[in-house]
Amino acid sequence: MKLRRFIVVLLLLAAMVGVQIFLRATGQEFCLTQLTMALYYALVVIGLGLVMGYAGQVSLGHGGFFAIGGYTTAVLTTRDFSPFKDTAWVGLLKAAHVFVAKEDLFGAQVMVVTPWAAFLAAMALTAVVAVLIGYPALRLKGHYLAMATLGFGLIVYKILLGSTVTGAADGITSVPEWSLFGVLTVSGKTALRVQNYYIACGLVLAVLLLLQNLVHSRVGRALLAIHDRETAANAMGINTASYKLRAFVLSAILAAAAGVFFTHYTGGIGPSEASALKSVRYVALAAAGGMANLWGVAVISTLINYLSLRDWFGSYDNAVFGTMLIVIISIAPEGPLKPLGMAVRRVFFRLRPSGGKPHGAA
Amino acid sequence: MKKLVLVGLGACLVGMLLCMPTAVAAEKKGEPIKIGAIFSVTGPASFLGAPEEKTAKMLVEKLNKEGGLLGRPVELIIKDSAGSPEKAVSFAKQLIEEEKVLAIIGPSTSGETMQIKNLCEENKMILVSCAAAEVIVNPVAKYVFKTPQKDSQAVTWIFNTMKEKGISKVAMLSSNDGFGSAGKKQVEGMAAAAGIEILCNEVYDKQATDLTDILTKVKGTAGVQAVINWSIVPAQSIVAKNMKQLGLNIPLFQSHGFGNPKYAAAAGEAAEGTLFPAGRLLVVDELADSNPQKKVLAAYKKDYEALYKEDVSTFGGHGYDAVLIVTEAIKKANSTDRDKVRDAIENLKGLVGTAGVFNMTPQDHTGLALDAFEMMTVKGGKITLYKK
Amino acid sequence: MGSGDLILQYLLSGITKGSIYAIVAIGFNLIFSATGVLNFAQGEFVMLGGMIAVTLSFYVPLPVAITGAVILVALIGCLLEVLFFRRLRRHSIMHMVIITIGLSIVIQEIALHLWDEKVRSLPYFTGKEISSVAVFGATISPQVLWVLGTVAVVFVLLHAFLRYSLQGRAMRACSSNPEAAMLSGINIANLRTLSFGLSAGIGALAGCVISPITMTQYEMGGPLAIKGFAAAILGGLGNPMGAVAGGLLVGVLEAFSVSKLPAAYNDVTAFAVLLLVLFVRPQGLFGSPTGDGVREF
Repeated sequence: MKLRRFIVVLLLLAAMVGVQIFLRATGQEFCLTQLTMALYYALVVIGLGLVMGYAGQVSLGHGGFFAIGGYTTAVLTTRDFSPFKDTAWVGLLKAAHVFVAKEDLFGAQVMVVTPWAAFLAAMALTAVVAVLIGYPALRLKGHYLAMATLGFGLIVYKILLGSTVTGAADGITSVPEWSLFGVLTVSGKTALRVQNYYIACGLVLAVLLLLQNLVHSRVGRALLAIHDRETAANAMGINTASYKLRAFVLSAILAAAAGVFFTHYTGGIGPSEASALKSVRYVALAAAGGMANLWGVAVISTLINYLSLRDWFGSYDNAVFGTMLIVIISIAPEGPLKPLGMAVRRVFFRLRPSGGKPHGAA
Repeated sequence: MKKLVLVGLGACLVGMLLCMPTAVAAEKKGEPIKIGAIFSVTGPASFLGAPEEKTAKMLVEKLNKEGGLLGRPVELIIKDSAGSPEKAVSFAKQLIEEEKVLAIIGPSTSGETMQIKNLCEENKMILVSCAAAEVIVNPVAKYVFKTPQKDSQAVTWIFNTMKEKGISKVAMLSSNDGFGSAGKKQVEGMAAAAGIEILCNEVYDKQATDLTDILTKVKGTAGVQAVINWSIVPAQSIVAKNMKQLGLNIPLFQSHGFGNPKYAAAAGEAAEGTLFPAGRLLVVDELADSNPQKKVLAAYKKDYEALYKEDVSTFGGHGYDAVLIVTEAIKKANSTDRDKVRDAIENLKGLVGTAGVFNMTPQDHTGLALDAFEMMTVKGGKITLYKK
Repeated sequence: MGSGDLILQYLLSGITKGSIYAIVAIGFNLIFSATGVLNFAQGEFVMLGGMIAVTLSFYVPLPVAITGAVILVALIGCLLEVLFFRRLRRHSIMHMVIITIGLSIVIQEIALHLWDEKVRSLPYFTGKEISSVAVFGATISPQVLWVLGTVAVVFVLLHAFLRYSLQGRAMRACSSNPEAAMLSGINIANLRTLSFGLSAGIGALAGCVISPITMTQYEMGGPLAIKGFAAAILGGLGNPMGAVAGGLLVGVLEAFSVSKLPAAYNDVTAFAVLLLVLFVRPQGLFGSPTGDGVREF
């Protein structure tokens, strides 16, 4: 099975490079902008797929985690801390390269937090919040997580809308670019478009590989057992609550990381990222991709978000999402990719009768 | 069978992806002049975006019927951002990089406009926003303009009227959307200089179902002489109704968001006596024939109401002005060179729009003076000019 | 105005909001106890009821328009159950809940394109916008009395229906143990359709009585559904009495939070309490952990 996974990774990588080359050859490289954005959103959906497909729980608050990530970095990297310059803690943090002094657009000297420090802060904050929400909700049997996260997402949304620190309804703009390792920079500049596409691709691939290893390990088998028969898993001595919590926190962190990258890429964030509709869209995409099929989730969600961001659906955007949700869940609850793959394989084997019977699904 | 359908569906999707429209930028005679538009036609700000979209479509259609601009037809590419900033960013990039439009009009909300302000400035793309917030044009960005009157002008009108009525202690209510928070900021910032004291300052949810609790707080605050409410429907009607139901009989000042006769009707008798600043579009029938705006307003009202069978609103007017500014500048520049058109916009003088008479300068990218507003009130269920 | 009067006024204001949440929560509970599905499209039934009644009221008198809207929406509810849920009984509850989310989005979009983005409202049933009833120095709109009355009537009728009619008892049986109910010859599928129809009808009625207060717009359903949902959880899912109490409690809580906290964080208080209840007492304030109508979801 190791080899198969390797091939899938190679195929995906080839597809990513292929798309870029194709777009360059046809002079449509501008499509990479929306593809990059869609890839970051895919990160959220992949994490959600882990929670839904393996832990058997629904989260209706992943938009909230995305927003926590995005807003933490946006606030920290745009807010001027120079009034606190002389306090001890700022001096200490400045020595640790958390703060950086620079000139803003209008030439004023400001002191802001560096993107790396902001990123780490966002991750830490998200982990704490996710544990606070997940710990009590996942102790209980049933879909309490769905309700708790719905409430949580709304709380985040309302706080963002009501606070001046987060720019109230207008959100935050002018978020600086993020220089990753000197050579790579997360930024929306046209010149850096190709580079950013590959940063997003790399991130998604890395996360997919990481999760793939996870779900094929002891943890993944435990999660699957919980998904199928929670009571039985419990009886086997699996600490179901702890495993579910770990999956949930991991997926929350993924969502927040996506928020951080996305915010640096687009240069701003608005409160609508935390709205219930956004969270529901992630659920729709995870369901459409087949939940437990993380590769499928990644592909489907990137594709659909890409089309949405390119205004394919016009004023029917939400309607398309809603319809997709209903149609896919009613006719193919496992996601359309699996039956699609099976159908392709069947056709393939029918053409080559010597090939024997199609072997079982992955 | 089911699977075959799915295979087909998948194939279609891939096919759609591959045959994306290729943008070829060519400046040929007869090639349409492309103007991009980003409006929140659907979503929470659709009360702004929908009339703006309808107006812009109507104007461009009319323009093309009359032979277009510089002998070339005008193509309006409308994108529906549904009020989401990330979509506004994505669409702005599309319009700039792919469609290579001459100018972008919209977005409808200030949040979205601020998200793409820098983007347009960096790419030297003309942006004529339909959102009201002051920050859009202050600090001035070379390529960014806006059409609605400034919030600060609305506040000035309200404060002036208050002074005439001897009011100095007020309660400020606003909704938690972009419109409300922009107004709140201006009122807070200008109150001290105008000698107005804000005793109670509350923000409520834009989709609140009932506001008697907040108004009870206002009622319980001693000394409040008037209420300022900065929001849009339905909240602005709910405030009016709840005040009357509570027996809170102090003057209610609304923002220029009250710019649709329907709203006066929606609040019914509760709206009687409401004071608000607004553009003259709502009182076009009352205007003297000598008023420079009368002809433009009457024509817009007639065309819009005949075509769409709905009341004209000042929001649609913002879309009207945006299209007007861009097309007039193109005519004036007699060119579709973006920098020349930009310079032409900056030098537009005495352009009569729906919001007022535009006099752009390099320092003022709104171009509207304080007299673009009039103070209005509701009398007998109809919006009319407020007379002292 | 004295502080006692103020407290009373806050209370009345809370009741105004609470009665709205309560009537939405009743519909929530009905579907939940019959099918185990959390119906996120409940708010959309409310919106449709209001929209259809407003449209009909241009042609027919108000009572007829409201009756028509209720019947139409009830039929839509039945239709949705037959189209989407009847076939899916083998699906997990999670799948069905996701479908209701999809339905809610689609219904909203259909309403947007069928009508438009504008705000509408029905006229006040008695009096008008500015009339109010005085209660010990505080005031309340007569329409709130209509809403409260509707909540009471719906509650009593529903209670009687569930307790005394054959269909209602079958529904309760189905709620506490579907397999056993099926074995004793109850047609579960039809009962589920009935529960969707009833709950849609109740939602539509709610949409009509609250329309003069809240006004009706295509996107009003979402926030209402969420508040109704919070009310239902607070009162204990599947417990109709709890729905009413939960709704009023959420409303009063919001109103009193305004008196102390900035109103911007109004909803935050409501949801924070919801989370607290979820974690500390997951069966809700009025539900017993093992009682009738409580089921795993």
